Amino acid sequence: MKTLDLANTSLREINQALHDQAGECTEREWKITGAKGDHNIACGLDASLSVDIEGHAGYYCAGMNKKAHVVVHGNAGQGVAENMMSGTVRVKGQASQSAGATAHGGLLVIEGDAGARCGISMKGVEIVVGGNVGHMSCFMGQAGALVVCGDAGDALGDSLYETKIFVKGSVASLGADCIEKEMRDEHIEYLTDLLNRAGMDEDPKSFKRYGSARNLYNFKVDNASAY
Amino acid sequence: MCGIVGLYLKNPALESQIGALFEPMLIAMTDRGPDSAGFAIYGDEVENGTKLTLRHEDMNYDWAALAESVKTGLDTSVDFFQNATVAVFKLGCDAATATAFIEETAPEVLILSAGHSIEILKEVGLPEHIAETFNLKGMKGSHIIGHTRMATESAVTMAGSHPFSTGEDLCLVHNGSLSNHNRLRLELKRQGIHFETENDSEVGAGYLMHRLQQGDTLTEALENALKELDGFFTFTIGTRNGFAVVRDPIACKPAVLAETDDYVAMASEYQALTTLPGIENAKVWEPEAAKIYVWERS
Repeated sequence: MKTLDLANTSLREINQALHDQAGECTEREWKITGAKGDHNIACGLDASLSVDIEGHAGYYCAGMNKKAHVVVHGNAGQGVAENMMSGTVRVKGQASQSAGATAHGGLLVIEGDAGARCGISMKGVEIVVGGNVGHMSCFMGQAGALVVCGDAGDALGDSLYETKIFVKGSVASLGADCIEKEMRDEHIEYLTDLLNRAGMDEDPKSFKRYGSARNLYNFKVDNASAY
Repeated sequence: MCGIVGLYLKNPALESQIGALFEPMLIAMTDRGPDSAGFAIYGDEVENGTKLTLRHEDMNYDWAALAESVKTGLDTSVDFFQNATVAVFKLGCDAATATAFIEETAPEVLILSAGHSIEILKEVGLPEHIAETFNLKGMKGSHIIGHTRMATESAVTMAGSHPFSTGEDLCLVHNGSLSNHNRLRLELKRQGIHFETENDSEVGAGYLMHRLQQGDTLTEALENALKELDGFFTFTIGTRNGFAVVRDPIACKPAVLAETDDYVAMASEYQALTTLPGIENAKVWEPEAAKIYVWERS
């Protein structure tokens, strides 16, 4: 394992060292110590690395991640794992707003709470939150799944497309066109697998499923003639 | 974009170090606001009478002459000290009388704050320079709030520098922008609230002052602010006894809170909190949208 300390190595150098692994991978395991809310830690990775970040991360940690497995041993600021393509990002503490925004793939696990707009415009990522999520989570979610083991804030799933949402606790309010849906066997099976992969010890049967009612403009075939 | 920071001490033993604890917090927010900076510190109470913070850009301004003129003109006790471009006056009379007299007889002087406890110090320039100019690290007090400004919609001037104070011992720092400040300013002017600038944040401070004058508690004033103020805001507010944080219902602008047995700290970003003692084990969380957080001494 290679350890890099933010106290004596610049973030640019640390990220470059991680990026260099995309060509020829010489070191699989990395530890970044001394994180004190620095932005953009471990962004743009493109190799099967295991990266442990000690301390709290600032904005956009592990953004655009591809293939790597990143663990933040603390809290994460805005936009953790934004636009992730693949791999895994795990936050041991809490995450600020817009966690997993626009992410296309991979698995994002937040063991604590996530702030507002968790999974906004998500496009295929799977997000599992151990605690609560804030308002407007999954806004315009297009694909993938959001699992909330705690409660969800206002306007959950507003203007949703095909993202699946599972919430164990209460939902403050549903957004436009988001409705509760039946939990069928295939959903229990999917959720069981996802909770297992996220390492969450929860009973899949205690969750409710939410999704798009498909009543907004884009779902009306009559509007196709506008193009 | 701007940076805001606040520190409220629960443990009085730390009061002698508040400036030293706060200086790195303010400087850490330089990335978010390199244009101007300022802070409001509470402490060194004037029980009977008034404390004013006055500013004149000339370092050699004759404050002693102004003190003498106030003493004679108002027949009251006057004590003062100078700190760079500002002077702190402690007077035996009430705030309204003192400010009216100074506005009338020394219009070249800018009144930054009035009250029993508050002192506001602010300048255009980098936070580091401002902290050094006013010797922030040597200051004592019970709570302090600060602002680093990145000017976006008005010029880099003293007029646009935070904190804003529109009433005794009340001040506010703001990250965001208010949309309905012009209409609200007109209404508040009709109610007798005085404004020094065209800045939106000053209207936020004026609105809170108006509500407090109407008999609201700080919490009630902030509940009303959530209904009446339109726009984006994370506010940190200081009063003689307390410290409050509130974010608008959309919560676009960032904020993080940290609490230990010794203090409550607020910052736009966690980076500003990393130098506080015991931060590793502090309770750290993101304040919720439209939720009012208040800490007050009884």
